[in-house]
Amino acid sequence: MKSNSAEHLLEMKNVKIEGFSDRRWHDIVNGIDLKLKRGEILGIIGESGAGKSTIGIAAMGYCKAGCRFKPGSSVVFDGLELTSASEEEKRRLRGARIAYVAQSAAAAFNPAHKIIDQFSESVVQHGVGSREEAYADAKDLYSKIKMPEPDTIGFRYPHQVSGGQLQRAMTAMALSCRPDLIIFDEPTTALDVTTQIEVLATIRDIVELFNTAAIYISHDLAVVAQMADNIIVLRYGDLVEEAETRTMLDYPKEDYTKSLWAVRTFEKTTVAGSRDSEPIVKVSHVTAQYPKTKEPVLFDVDFEVYPRETVAIVGESGSGKSTAARVITGLLPPLEGSIMLDGEILPSDYHNRTKEQLKSAQMIYQMADTAINPRHKIRKIVGRPLSFYLGMEGDEKQRRLNELMDMIEMDPKLYLDRYPAELSGGQKQRICIARALAADPKFIICDEITSALDQLVAEGILRLLDRLQQELNLAYMFITHDLATVRAIADRVIVMLQGRIVEQGEKNMVLQPPHHEYTELLLSSVPEMNPDWMDRIMAERTSGKGMQSAGN
Amino acid sequence: MNVQVQQVQKTSFRTHLTRALLEVYDAPLSAKFGLLVIAIYVFVALFAPWVAPFGESEIVGRKFQPWDDQFLLGTDHLGRDMLTRILYGARNTVGIALLTTFLAFILGGVLGILAAVLGGWLDQLLSRIVDVFMAIPALIFAMMLLSIFGTSVINLIIIMSVIDATRIFRIARAVSLNVVVMDYIEAAKLRGEKLTWLTISEILPNISAPLAAEFGLRFCFVFLTISALSFLGIGIQPPIADWGSMVRQTAVLITFDDYTPLIPAAAIALLTVAVNFVIDWFLHKTSGLKDEV
Amino acid sequence: MTHILKMLAQRILLGLLTLFAISLIIFLAVSMLPGDAAEAILGQAATPETVAALRKQLGLDLPPHIRYLDWLGGILQGDFGTSIGNGREINEVLGTRVYNTIFLALFAASIAVPLALFCGILAALYRNSLYDRTVNVVTLSSISTPEFFVAYILLLLISVKAGWLPSLSNVRLDTTFAEHLEKTLLPALVLTLVSMAHMMRMTRAAIINLLANAYIEMAALKGMKRFRIIVHHALPNAWAPIVNVVVINLAYLIVGVIVVEVVFVYPGLGQYLVDAVQRRDMPVVQACCLIFAATYVLLNLIADILSILTNPRLLHPK
Repeated sequence: MKSNSAEHLLEMKNVKIEGFSDRRWHDIVNGIDLKLKRGEILGIIGESGAGKSTIGIAAMGYCKAGCRFKPGSSVVFDGLELTSASEEEKRRLRGARIAYVAQSAAAAFNPAHKIIDQFSESVVQHGVGSREEAYADAKDLYSKIKMPEPDTIGFRYPHQVSGGQLQRAMTAMALSCRPDLIIFDEPTTALDVTTQIEVLATIRDIVELFNTAAIYISHDLAVVAQMADNIIVLRYGDLVEEAETRTMLDYPKEDYTKSLWAVRTFEKTTVAGSRDSEPIVKVSHVTAQYPKTKEPVLFDVDFEVYPRETVAIVGESGSGKSTAARVITGLLPPLEGSIMLDGEILPSDYHNRTKEQLKSAQMIYQMADTAINPRHKIRKIVGRPLSFYLGMEGDEKQRRLNELMDMIEMDPKLYLDRYPAELSGGQKQRICIARALAADPKFIICDEITSALDQLVAEGILRLLDRLQQELNLAYMFITHDLATVRAIADRVIVMLQGRIVEQGEKNMVLQPPHHEYTELLLSSVPEMNPDWMDRIMAERTSGKGMQSAGN
Repeated sequence: MNVQVQQVQKTSFRTHLTRALLEVYDAPLSAKFGLLVIAIYVFVALFAPWVAPFGESEIVGRKFQPWDDQFLLGTDHLGRDMLTRILYGARNTVGIALLTTFLAFILGGVLGILAAVLGGWLDQLLSRIVDVFMAIPALIFAMMLLSIFGTSVINLIIIMSVIDATRIFRIARAVSLNVVVMDYIEAAKLRGEKLTWLTISEILPNISAPLAAEFGLRFCFVFLTISALSFLGIGIQPPIADWGSMVRQTAVLITFDDYTPLIPAAAIALLTVAVNFVIDWFLHKTSGLKDEV
Repeated sequence: MTHILKMLAQRILLGLLTLFAISLIIFLAVSMLPGDAAEAILGQAATPETVAALRKQLGLDLPPHIRYLDWLGGILQGDFGTSIGNGREINEVLGTRVYNTIFLALFAASIAVPLALFCGILAALYRNSLYDRTVNVVTLSSISTPEFFVAYILLLLISVKAGWLPSLSNVRLDTTFAEHLEKTLLPALVLTLVSMAHMMRMTRAAIINLLANAYIEMAALKGMKRFRIIVHHALPNAWAPIVNVVVINLAYLIVGVIVVEVVFVYPGLGQYLVDAVQRRDMPVVQACCLIFAATYVLLNLIADILSILTNPRLLHPK
């Protein structure tokens, strides 16, 4: 059936898509052209709102509910114009010749059916083969991508398999009908780094093995660099730049692309000798447990934070890094151990702490959206700590509000009387910073504060925090899973695994070899902006160096 | 400074008003219809003595007189003017239901929010009690309690508001819980804020929209239940003009192909339909039209 | 599997506990009554001596907890006590009354449930179409309408004007099944109309909720036919919400039946309860309330159990 007449497998011309919300149509994609040859892998990069998922899924002639193609758009797959094709024609293509891999496998697998039955469904329904053939093929594929227990894992239900394995099973499922094209829509975004690399390896093996063309969508440049032959960069639904991967990485032309590339260059200048004074926070031998769990989630955690210092706590999900923050803030009183702030031992429950103690340690959250009350104006959000802790009112309060807004680089006249909904994500996070500063603290806990933001915005936040630290002598505890953030902002690094500290020390010491083996695994799993990085790492790992996997 | 503040408040009030009017202008037909009907009911309820041709319980004719020029809707089983009693019903039936809903809201709402914020044993205790109360259908429970305490208007209001408070407790607790888990509540707690600030300043502004919609729905439910009780003869008692009882008193006429009993019943239905239309619109608006996309 | 058995046992235990609590409430509420059954039965003829004698005879002189245990023990053996109104055993009438009410409720349910599910699913599938919007307005109106309004309109149109069906549902013990069906068709239609709207709206909401899941979009992107997406991907996950909708509405029917029985003078449990409430015949009120409440609890328990049994995540634990 496959015709070789068309030069390109997929050709999208002047694709425009609009979506309906707030009672009117908004443009999501404004006229994008792209071409894909057989066996070629195209990377699509963009920040949130760039329209990258929409364009990816449009390659299947599909628009999400509430969206539609605008007239003049053309999507030609192997000679067939999809924008005018009948539903039946498109249905026959989907799953059989163009397959899709979603961001969250846990949500995209039907909970009511076994994994292998969902694999064989496309095969049987598209008339490619029988159920038995599909079963045999699935087992074969599972073993090719080195899934554990390839003969039986398919007979489990989706919720019985871990996230990383499920994502790999989904990649295998996309291959069930041996499609010509697979669309990968941020397939590793929800995963930890050590799991991500396994899924990436699977995806690469599979597309190489079957010479399948692919569109790989991600916000993460380094990941796309490992996968793609060519890369396009999108912004606000427009195509910014298009080039072959190595050219794109080494010689980006457009300013926007350059700024994306430059994100990872920020690095804090560490002030030496800051550890001469007394520590501002001292966490001593803390073991903690949630009321409803059987086992502790923190074991004998012990570290200090000094004035003007940033301590980064790094770990994957379940490492206990956020629990450490809850213990320090007094939300989760520990079973054993104590917290000392500025020389005095804190009551373990925040209810028993004095205003002065509460004021000294502030917290900034991951999701700025839920961390500020949507029904309060900025004036009230930032002003409340001023009147609550410092008793400021009237003109004095107004002056301080202006100062604080200036500190976070937002115009007080413009923003003080707005509601959070009228701000962007980065601006909301700045308001959270202002609220923390309003309390005049000595120590601020930053819990994954940049992970929900686009990279450029995140970098702005990091630079701001760095400047404030210099000006106000603040100490930070930075909780993050992202090693790039650690490189950028930390003075000291603490690496956590399953509730324990596995390594801690100055940043340069922890990030340079020799490492603890888990630190090694974590560091080596972070994709680098070098297309050869993954080949090298996989070669090293198969030769038997280091730990294989952390969580599992 | 003070003058400025006043001005700001004035303009913001005016913009609120214009915005509200614009919203109504933009509303779907069903919501406009609902608002109009509610306005008419409010007018009639307030001005019943001036609008009605006769006195509320005045016997002005023979019993079951047909519709004519003098008695537009005829007379009831005692010879009282039906139209007059229907107009007064707007005041009595709606007023009683409104008062009941109001009491239920204060009781159930306060307890529900407190249970969500404080949690712990208080939440457990209240929730379990409410579970048991809710396992008995409202109408049945009301009938039983009315038969025990007697069927007076005061008893009716107290019993219905207590029963309905259990339903409101559930809702208030659930919507508050959605807010309580938010980081901004945690941030306020860690700031050292007291319970009053947490509830009034942080939580209440975020649950007022769903609670307002719920008030409308609960009003409909209470209104219908009280009408059903009155229809069954154990709700609002004579001589008070009330729609549910009026249906019961004139029910025999239906077998003689007379529409009279349908009029008070329609009065009940029209109001609940109107309120429901308005709430439906309100819910769509406040839920951010997610359903529409 | 032990996990699921544990959950089921928990639910059943909770249901029994609720029933026990309800019986306690019903009993205690009635003992708050000023005066007692003895005075009520004797009425005008009450002298201190006759009241005392009757109290002894009825066991009213015993302490409350013993009376409660006696009452509960009696009910568990199927003995609901004696009516104050006519001094007869409640059991004599209760059986036929319960049968009549269940007959009517099931009759209505057998029309309403399939119809509501069908129309609700259709509204969900063709969301925001003209059909869907019409359904929204119509169901919203009919939810807001009191049962007696619908009842009298149908009675006027079908029975008074057209004369197709009787306006009274006066069934007796010797009424045949076919006659019974004919006489209850009109009340059943009324119940169908008032309960269907609720059920349709809930079905629509449940299905829309379900179709918003990522795995439904995934099935579409796998090129599955629309029919297969609904039957194979949506349906296995839809049992819990659908069962819930059906059961909640059966429970609703059980209550809605009261008003309808009064309109059509149908000798069911609802009519019996209303009469008893008006006469303040407390033993009968207690018996009826307990049966209504127990049915309600039982239905909810069934919904709980079925939704546990159809949840794939619970059926195949880790």
